[in-house]
Formats: sequence, structure tokens, C-alpha cells
Amino acid sequence: MKICYYPGCTLKTKAKELDRTARLAAAALGVEMEEIENWQCCGAVYPMGTDEIATKLSAVRALDYAKHNGGKLLTLCSACHNVIKRTNEDMKSNADIAFRANNYLKLEETYAGETEVIHYLEMLKNEVGFDNIKKAVVNPLNRKIGAYYGCLLLRPSGIMAFDNPENPTIIEDFIRALGGTPVVYPFRNECCGAYVSLKNSELPKKKSEKILASAKEKGAEEVITACPLCLYNLQVNGGDILPVKYFTELLAEALGVKA
Amino acid sequence: MQRIGVFICWCGSNIAATVDVKKVAETIKAEPGVVYSENYQYMCSENGQQLIKNAIKEHNLTAIVVGACSPRMHEATFRKAAEAAGLNPYMVEIANIREHCSWIHKDMDEATEKAVVLVRTAIAKVKLNAPLMSGESPVVKRALVIGGGIAGIQAALDIADAGFEVDIVEKNATIGGRMAQLDKTFPTLDCSACILTPKMVDCAQHEKIDILSYSEVEEVKGFVGNFNVKIRRKARYVDETKCTGCKICMEKCPSKKGLNDFNMGLNTRPAIYIPFAQAIPNVAVIDPEQCIKMKTGKCGICQKFCGVGAIDYTQKDEFIDRQYGAIVVATGFKPIALDNFNEYGYADNKDVITSLELERLMNAAGPSDGVLVRPSDGKHPKVITFIQCVGSRDTSGCGKPYCSKICCMYTAKHAMLIREKYPDTEVHVFYIDVRTPGKNYDEFYRRAAEQYGVDYIKGMVGKVYNVNGKLMVQGSNLIDNEQITIESDLVVLATAIEPEPSVRKIATLLTASIDTNNFLTESHAKLRPVESPTAGVYLAGVCQGPKDIPETVSQASACAAKVIGLLVKDKLKTNACVATPDEMMCNGCSQCANVCAYGAITYVEKEFRLGGGKTEVRRVVSVNPAVCQGCGACTVTCPSGAMDLKGFSSKQIMSEVEAICKM
Repeated sequence: MKICYYPGCTLKTKAKELDRTARLAAAALGVEMEEIENWQCCGAVYPMGTDEIATKLSAVRALDYAKHNGGKLLTLCSACHNVIKRTNEDMKSNADIAFRANNYLKLEETYAGETEVIHYLEMLKNEVGFDNIKKAVVNPLNRKIGAYYGCLLLRPSGIMAFDNPENPTIIEDFIRALGGTPVVYPFRNECCGAYVSLKNSELPKKKSEKILASAKEKGAEEVITACPLCLYNLQVNGGDILPVKYFTELLAEALGVKA
Repeated sequence: MQRIGVFICWCGSNIAATVDVKKVAETIKAEPGVVYSENYQYMCSENGQQLIKNAIKEHNLTAIVVGACSPRMHEATFRKAAEAAGLNPYMVEIANIREHCSWIHKDMDEATEKAVVLVRTAIAKVKLNAPLMSGESPVVKRALVIGGGIAGIQAALDIADAGFEVDIVEKNATIGGRMAQLDKTFPTLDCSACILTPKMVDCAQHEKIDILSYSEVEEVKGFVGNFNVKIRRKARYVDETKCTGCKICMEKCPSKKGLNDFNMGLNTRPAIYIPFAQAIPNVAVIDPEQCIKMKTGKCGICQKFCGVGAIDYTQKDEFIDRQYGAIVVATGFKPIALDNFNEYGYADNKDVITSLELERLMNAAGPSDGVLVRPSDGKHPKVITFIQCVGSRDTSGCGKPYCSKICCMYTAKHAMLIREKYPDTEVHVFYIDVRTPGKNYDEFYRRAAEQYGVDYIKGMVGKVYNVNGKLMVQGSNLIDNEQITIESDLVVLATAIEPEPSVRKIATLLTASIDTNNFLTESHAKLRPVESPTAGVYLAGVCQGPKDIPETVSQASACAAKVIGLLVKDKLKTNACVATPDEMMCNGCSQCANVCAYGAITYVEKEFRLGGGKTEVRRVVSVNPAVCQGCGACTVTCPSGAMDLKGFSSKQIMSEVEAICKM
């Protein structure tokens, strides 16, 4: 299976390990991640301003490329996924944004949200199947792992349609497929503090410590996430309570391709 | 040739704003057969009806067409008016130029053109109408009440007091329903059992009421005035006629670990049990899943100790058939399952409970004898947090989109009672809106907040988590615009209510319609709120929509009034538009009998003359006009075209189609 892949800036700098292990694991599972040509920054948080159009254009460019190359766009970074999926929804349902974006881009054919944006976890669940991953595991994890969802994959839930925002289960199912024991703890979908850490680390410290303490209290030995910023906050501001890794690191480890 | 009069109604501006009514009336004058055509502002008004009556007399009309609203609305009105002027009521046709035309179109020219077509179509049909006569069917003077909660009890008592026989079919071992589980009732705080149990006893002692407990409706046939109902009397393994309710079996039963449903599973009960002290009937029942004798064949202790020999492990379900004139559905509700709301920690923490569980914990006859204690450690909770709208007004898809209506009031009641009985307890209530309309209701809530010092917090709760035995309730305080966490000892979830799931099956049996939330649909939201669209079926209590006890009792009494109004009649006029077969064309295939949902079709052996003195005996169809509901299923099924429906004959329908196609 071949699929268009949008890595995003962070995965080329701070979060290289997320990108590297995701590619290794995908290859082991028979998925060919084809990095799209000339991608640009997704626009980070900026496309969420409804009156600003230029910042949405790079996301639409990537989406339009995928539309003509298989119809699906694979994302990995939680923030890129959130931005691209929401921009895609705007192109589908917000006539004003769609009109202005198309005017700027002058595409051969108007883009109207046709591409399906899927996160790597959704690809594992729906395209590969957790049962098949379970069969491909060579090093079952045999340890207690806490899933940390953060905010961006789950909300706004109507658009993201990723999982139940209050009681998600997809990462727990993923952990189970890898032979690990998922630890459900109450703060797995609380905010880590996000960008506030740029200005003031007190708040993210408070939030991140609470998350990791809660996971530890419920018996987790480590915590996994899909988001580079969450990983940063939990590692830097989380008070070293538990080790924090990308979910793809565990996937590559279980599949025996981490190296 | 018919002399047809046409009457076009404006319906104020409902029709006239979109349809040029004068033009329609004028155009129609040219139709063959039309001898009179008129338009009027409100044809259904007394003046409008008079106009029709006068025209019938003055112009010797033999048939009329009224271009107005849906026939569901005023067909009966106009038939009555025609009858008063000496016309057969079935010589009236309605052209629906409101719902089918003016309301759904914007362009006046198009709508006018369509209105003309619709009226022409009705004219084409009325030309072929023939006078019809209604038959009569007898009324069985007995009512069935499905569900023995307060709604069913009230309806049964009112019907029985009017002198009619009533059967209450209750699926549980006792009547009483949800109200029997409640501690106090708002807004006057009377003890629920004190006001309910006397009514239960009244039911048991009433000579006109038969309580069929531990029973379910299995099959319903027939129609208004003549329902044939099959009832399953579930095996309780105890002879109801012998058991005296002495409870020695309950004491001696060695299998005591069954969850006590009546106490919401907060404690246990033996395998043989009477649900609660004031149960009606006061007769034991055995849970076969839990009974050692029934699972292994060894034990039989209850049988040994029973002084009257009431225990019968071999009892089987029995079926009885009864006839009823009317049916009241009062199947009630249950709190929703909380599987979709893990964030409140209900499954993981014993001290997160539902409001109905709290009722049992506060009830003197409950598992803690009325002393409010935490289920986990039996200690008195010092800080109690209530969360309202758990699953109500939920648009996420996890809960119910509607307001459960009773939660604001019972939460205020709980909060007040706790503050009254345990003044050292801190009580918080998270709410979206407090909705307390009703006589003395808002005063009640304000008393909780103002006099009893209950801390009302506007905002929703995000999660409840346990830290060292303390329940941390994290939520938002929207008025102070801050996120707060309340360290609590007990958390009470005001859980949404939903119709008792068995109502789906009952709705199917009764062909009563049901909405997307499983509430039974009333015939008209405002003007026929206790009638189901199925004639002879009435709705009481939460099965029709969320409501509290006073409303439920009112609705139940309203149902009773409707049922009494039906049962006092000796005969009901039957539908005149019934199926009518042409025996000469019938080939005896039985396909019509197979599709008839009402059992109106049978076959008979009949002798036919063939000419030349010869005769032949053939098997041909026969329709019972008292049972036929005029649905038309048989007419379209008949392969030889032998079946026709009076008032809706194939010829009439084809002429309507032709009239439309002429355009």
C-alpha cells in the first residue's frame, strides 16, 4: 500500500525520531509512505484564524497534491494533523474560505476538501488493522504503558472524528496489539500546557506533572504520545516522573525494526 | 352525472398567500360536472360550513370537493357538514392544497397551477364516489394496562372506579414501579412509599382490578374495542394462590448473593425473594439463575420450610388470552447505562453513584436503613458533589439529546434533604441550567440554594478521579470563569432517563409509533396528548416523554377518562371504507388473507350457478367489515384484481392519476 505522507517541520528537526521510527515500522508493515513533493509548513496554529487566508494555503496545497495522488494524506504530528484536517473541513464546508483559497491558488481544478486526511494511528487501525499488527509483533512489549492523547488528536471532536474525546480507546488498543498492557488514567486527555511553555513554564509544569503523576499512580511504567510538543512538555516540564516516548518508537521496537 | 360543488379555503393567509384562491375557484367552474364553485376565508369556521350546507341545498349538489388543509385535519368536519345538509358523508373529497401545496411552494403562479390540478384530481375521484354506510362493532368492556408503576396504577384505579374491569400486566414480580424505589417526593417531600403503597393496596383489593404480575404481553390482535391479547405469565416457581408472604423461604435460602435490583444492586438478596416489604402481590419469586435447586438439583430447602406447599420448581410459563376494548401503555423508564461516560468514574469508584442509588441509600427501607453512608467504606460522606445532566441534553452522541426534566428537581431535593439531615455536610451541585418550572417548583429550588446553603456551580464536570480515596471532581465554574477541583467523598450523577427498553416490543405489537428516542408518539402533541395514533391505545407516564409524578398521574387519569369514554359505548362505528371482494373473480389463492394484518379475511366454500342448471362449489374470499381497517394491502396483493376498497376503488385511483396526467 502506498500513501502520500506529510511529515511537517518538527519531524525534520526536533522530532526526527517520530518520523524515523514511523517510516521503519510502516515499511515492516508493508506500507509505503511517499513524502509529498515541496511540502511547506502546515501553518501551525495560524490557519485557525477565520479571517486570514494566506496561512491556510500551504495545507491546501498538500491536500490538493494528495487528491491527485491516491486521495489520502497521511499525517503523523498531532498538530499538523489537527491543522490540515480542520483546513480540509473548511474547504469542504466554509464557502467563503474555500472561495478565497481557491482564488489564491489558481489550481487546475477547484479543491473542495476531497482528500481524506488520516493520522498514522488511524492508518494502523483501519488500513493495516491492529490484528495484523499483533501478528507482526516479534518483541511483545510486556509492560504497563500509559497512552497520552493530549488535545489535538481529539478536539474539536466533530471535525477530528478521531475517537470519543472524553473516553478515547485507540491508543490503548494499539498498546494491546503490541503485547503491552494499557494503563487507563484520568489525565490522558488533559492539555500538557502546549505553547504556554514558550512564555512561562510554570503552567505546563503543573499540567505535565499532574499527567505523569496520574499515569504513574495507576501503574504505568512509561507514557507514549503522538505529539512532539506534548513530548517536549512531558519530558522537559514533567519532572522526570516517567519516561515519555513516541508511540512509533514502541511500534518499531515491537516489530523488531527499531535498530 | 354528479352535481359537484367546489369550496376553496384561504386558511387565512396559509393558503391564500401562496395560492390565488379566487383564480382556482374561477378556473374550476369550467370543469364538467361542477355546478358551483366558491372561495372563503375559513371554510372550517361555522360560517364556512354554513356556506357549504346552503350550497348543497340550493344547488342540489350530489358531491362536494373542499380544497383546504390535509384530510387528517378537517375531513371529519366537512363530512359532518355535508351530512347535516342531507348528503352522504362519503360524497366529500378533500384536495389538500395547504400541506401539499401552499406550505411547500413559494411561487404563486406555480402553486396556483398545482392547486387547480389537485382540485381537478379530487373532482375526478368524487365523480366515482358512492354513498357508504358505516357498520358497527361491539365494545369489550374491559381495559388492559401495560405496566404497574404509578401511571398504570392510577389509570387502572380510575377506570375500575368507573365500573369497568381492568387488568394490570406488570413484568416485575410486584407493582409499584420506579416510584416505589424513591425516598421522598418533590416539591412537598412526602414519603414516596407512604403515598404509593396505599394505592397499590387499593389495586389489589379492587374487585374490578386483576393484577397479572410477573407477566408480559406476547401478542396483540384485533382493533379498538376488540383487542385479543395473549399474555405470558412467567413461571415464578411459587404458587401465587398459596404463598402467604411469610418470608421464611427468604430466611432459609442458602443462596443469598443475588444483586438486589430493587436496591439498585447496592446489596444482595436470596434466590427466593419478595422484592420489598410492601410488594403487591406479596408473593415470593425464585430467580432460576441463582437458585441452587434449579441449577444443580440439590437443595430444596425453601420447599421443606414452606408451610403451605407453595414452592414448585417445575412451574412453566403459562399463556392466557383475554379480550379488551382499550389498552393503556404505561411502561415507564430506566436510568441510562453509564458506559459512555467513563470520565465520571462510575465503573471504577464505588462512591460515584446515580441519583436512583442515592434514593435507596437515603430510604429507611434501603440497604443502609436510611443512614447516608459511602458504599465503599460505610462512612458518612462530608463533601458531596452532584453532577446534573449526565447524559441529558447531550449532543455528542454519547447520551440523550433531550432534557430528562426530573433531575433538577430531584437533585435540589437530595441536596436539601442531606443538608437538613446532616448539616455538617458540604453539598455542591454542578449544573448547565437549573430548570424548575411548575407549581411550587422554583420556590423549592431556591429554598435549596438560599436557605439550605447548597452550593450551585454553573458549569460542567470534565472528570472525576480518585486520589487516595478522595474523589476529585474537576469542572468549570463559568460564573467565576475558572477551573475548579472539588475534593469529594461522594459523587452523585443525575443520570438521564430513557424509556424502558421493552417498550419497543410493545410498540411493535400494538403498531403504535415510536420516536428516535424510543418514546411512544402521541396522536397530536397539543390536542391529543394521551392518545396513540393507533385507535384504542392510550399513553401514560414516561413511555410518552420525560415527566415527574404529578404529571404522570395527571396523564394517567386523562388516559382513564379517554378509556372510560370508549368503554361506555356499546358499539363503535366501524370504518365504512373496507375491502370488498368480487367473488366471481376470486380464485381462492389466499394471498390477501396472508397479508391482512387484522385477521379480517377468511375463506368460505360457496355454491355458484354455472348456467344450464349446473352448480359448482368454489372456495372464495370473505371480508369481515367490522375487523377490516381499510389499509388496502389486500387490494394491491390480489393477483386477479378481485379485491377492491370502498371509497378508494382502483377505478377511483386510476381516474385521479389520469386527472394529474392530463396536465
